[in-house]
Amino acid sequence: MTPAMLVFFAIGTLAVAASLLVIFMRNPVHSALFLLLTFLCVAVLFVLKSAEFVAAVQVLVYAGGIMVLFLFVVMLINVRHLPEERVMSAFWKGGLAVGLGVFIMLFAIARPGVYRDPARSDKPLRSTYSYRTRKVQQADGSVTSKRIRRLREVGNSEAVGMKLYRDYLVPFEVASLFLLVAMIGAIVIGKRELNADEEETAPAYMIDRVATEQLVKERDRNA
Amino acid sequence: MPEAAPTTEAYLMLSATLFAIGLTGVIIRRNMITVLMAVELMLNAVNINLVAFSHRLASLEGHIFTILVITVAAGEAAVGLAIIIQLYRLRSTVNIDEQRELNG
Repeated sequence: MTPAMLVFFAIGTLAVAASLLVIFMRNPVHSALFLLLTFLCVAVLFVLKSAEFVAAVQVLVYAGGIMVLFLFVVMLINVRHLPEERVMSAFWKGGLAVGLGVFIMLFAIARPGVYRDPARSDKPLRSTYSYRTRKVQQADGSVTSKRIRRLREVGNSEAVGMKLYRDYLVPFEVASLFLLVAMIGAIVIGKRELNADEEETAPAYMIDRVATEQLVKERDRNA
Repeated sequence: MPEAAPTTEAYLMLSATLFAIGLTGVIIRRNMITVLMAVELMLNAVNINLVAFSHRLASLEGHIFTILVITVAAGEAAVGLAIIIQLYRLRSTVNIDEQRELNG
């Protein structure tokens, strides 16, 4: 067994175990921490498929950003389940049946022997192309320029970056617009509605500060 | 002959397992935050598929798509958690069985 297979089996088992614990833990904080473990395992699996940049994004955005958001909300809400309280829904049997059914269906699609791996190198995942113009002497003596496409082997990050900014620029911009809209939506939805007195009167510290500034201004004028 | 590297099928089977676990979590949990976590699990299972096929077909499109899926997951988590916080302020509970306004 090669080291790659060994890592795959170890990390894959860990990912499945951690994701099972995510959905069966009683405390949401524990669930969030096991979800973090699952994300890190998946990042390792990405590296095995020579997707280094995606693995880095997975760690930064999922493990760094989304998990912090989840943990913040869990701590903000601070749910404590009593030991005798049920954490599972009333129709948990149906849920398990649906999960098992979908698992069997997906497994039947992906069963061994369906997708044969062609013997391809992962060089295209690490290379990008550039154009060069070259002067070509024609048969009748005239000189024309010709564009030549040249493949260059670089790192995976550079290859993904070139692809993203050259061929997928519009989807990328749409994604940024989506993030802006999601941010505005989250702020608007999550904002606490102020009640009438809070809206009409400024907080005490602001009134104090305005009074102090007035005093300072008058002292300067008199000086 | 033993395989030198994990095959696409192995990745697909692992991804199917994670997806089924996530779907089960979405259905059986009562805590809304955990349900959202299970949704993230499902999105991650899809990302594994995309990366595995990207490697098999030796093309970078899967990586681009994975990055876009991660973007959508981030936005979805932000808005979903904002909704959960607002519901908690209104009801002081995050139990999904007690939100019955829409009679679903």
